Amino acid sequence: MVGPELERLIQVLSRLPGLGPRSARRAALHLIERKDVLMRPLAEALASAADSVRRCPVCGNFDSVEPCAICSDPRRDDGLLCVVADVGSLWAMERTGAYAGRYHVLGGLLSALDGVGPEDLGIARLVTRAAAAREVILATPATVEGQTTAHYIADRLAGTGVAVSGLAHGVPVGGELDYLDDGTISAALRARRSL
Amino acid sequence: MTTDPEDAQDASRRLAVRRLTLTDFRCYPFLRLEADPRPVVLTGANGAGKTNLLEALSFLTPGRGMRRATLSEVARREAQDGAPWAVAAVLDGPGGPVEIGTGREPGSERRTVRIGGSPAKARELDGIASALWLTPAMDRLFTEGAGGRRRFLDRLVFGQDHGHAAAAAAYEHAMRERTRLLKAGGGDAAWLTALEDAMARHGATMAAARNAAVARLDAACAEAVGPFPAARLALAGEVEGWTAEGGAAAAEDRLRAALFRARARDEAAGAATIGPHRTDLAVRHAGRDLPAGQCSTGEQKAVLVSIVLAQARVRTALSGLAPLLLLDEVAAHLDATRRAALYDVLSGLNAQSWMTGTDERTFESFGERAQYFRVESATVVKNDFLPTDEHR
Repeated sequence: MVGPELERLIQVLSRLPGLGPRSARRAALHLIERKDVLMRPLAEALASAADSVRRCPVCGNFDSVEPCAICSDPRRDDGLLCVVADVGSLWAMERTGAYAGRYHVLGGLLSALDGVGPEDLGIARLVTRAAAAREVILATPATVEGQTTAHYIADRLAGTGVAVSGLAHGVPVGGELDYLDDGTISAALRARRSL
Repeated sequence: MTTDPEDAQDASRRLAVRRLTLTDFRCYPFLRLEADPRPVVLTGANGAGKTNLLEALSFLTPGRGMRRATLSEVARREAQDGAPWAVAAVLDGPGGPVEIGTGREPGSERRTVRIGGSPAKARELDGIASALWLTPAMDRLFTEGAGGRRRFLDRLVFGQDHGHAAAAAAYEHAMRERTRLLKAGGGDAAWLTALEDAMARHGATMAAARNAAVARLDAACAEAVGPFPAARLALAGEVEGWTAEGGAAAAEDRLRAALFRARARDEAAGAATIGPHRTDLAVRHAGRDLPAGQCSTGEQKAVLVSIVLAQARVRTALSGLAPLLLLDEVAAHLDATRRAALYDVLSGLNAQSWMTGTDERTFESFGERAQYFRVESATVVKNDFLPTDEHR
């Protein structure tokens, strides 16, 4: 039905997150119909990003400069180090505009079942970096793996003198108690603070 | 004494399946069944497809259905691997009719759920439909190993506390990780500590939920309902005991310490030797003051019916929504007095019950309080014949 070139494009597109074979076909068709305004610019953007973007050797973020823009920004606070599981989490933190410290991207979470251990996550490098900080903020997800990883890092940092904190779990901003699940409410109750 | 079927559709009927449509589900290429809110009796020979209908209804609630089947197992036998199947139903609930659809879409590995025509998460089903079931496999519940009773227990707890499933899943996950790590030679002590912390937190939450649920159920089972005996329910498990003794926070600390001490033993055993995954549900026949497992087969079945009816009352009191009762071969092992008493109870419930049996005559005391369907080689025909008329 379609030529080998288009078939290959569809196959590659279908491996993108959120795209199945059907949406990949639709995307391929959309691109081919807009060759000049979309397909060529996309191809150029892909080639240029593939050539220039790499992992920051300091924090693990993606950028085209080494170290990355966040690591080399002199206005950022060297005393704060935020530990995230992946670059997606770093972007989420950055979108808030509420954090002006440095980052450390683990590139995954501890998982014995998936064979991911502390050495795969470069925890030793994190411990070295943390020695220069006042506070390490653990911003791993609130899943079993995320919390296990946070607990593990906190344990490794215990005794180094650096303060270790974690993101609060509980009532979301604008959230109504009536609509929250029991687990979230009890976590919020445990993490209550004085006003 | 005749009852107008329309009378049975009064406002007190809170949850009922009005229409059930199956596509490529087990033995059914396609089936549509229309029902009124009265109890539904499905009769037919062995292997006709009666239980498959109850199983289809059990998929209107979160989880793997009453046979704990995988998505491929419930697809029609003639279908290829990964073939789609669907169960759709129109339910009359307290808020009016709701359409629920569930199944597997082509090529998907996950169960799809639609509520009112829009995609939804399986757990959202819980606010709309819930179901309790009794199957012949559960006849051995009191005599088999603790695993079956624990699954039965956790389903009852989940029916009362929806957070229980998440806590249990998180606990199991952390436990599997710890076991894997121990098998690999113990690994990093700090990593084990982190996993034991997760097990302790979620394990104590599980134990507290189980204690609360079993206390409610034990109170509801304290009185005999007609010929269905009173039963006493208790939990046999360290963590539940610690929780009852000193609260969930203390139990969490004790479990964390116990797991730490058990590392060498657990490494040798290849599994965690302590924790709520080893808890058992102890049930006693209150009248005879005997463990349920030592009662006769008929008495065991009667105790099981007592527990299921008690759970239906507890659930209704907690959520205001009575669960559908799916009773597979329920008449087996019950004498005529108990059968008649069961049908009286089921006729008075706020939710529809669905029953199967091979012999119409075992349902005759239901009379016109129930509706009857004949199941034959994957077809279902409404049976206007009332067993009472023939056998009077």
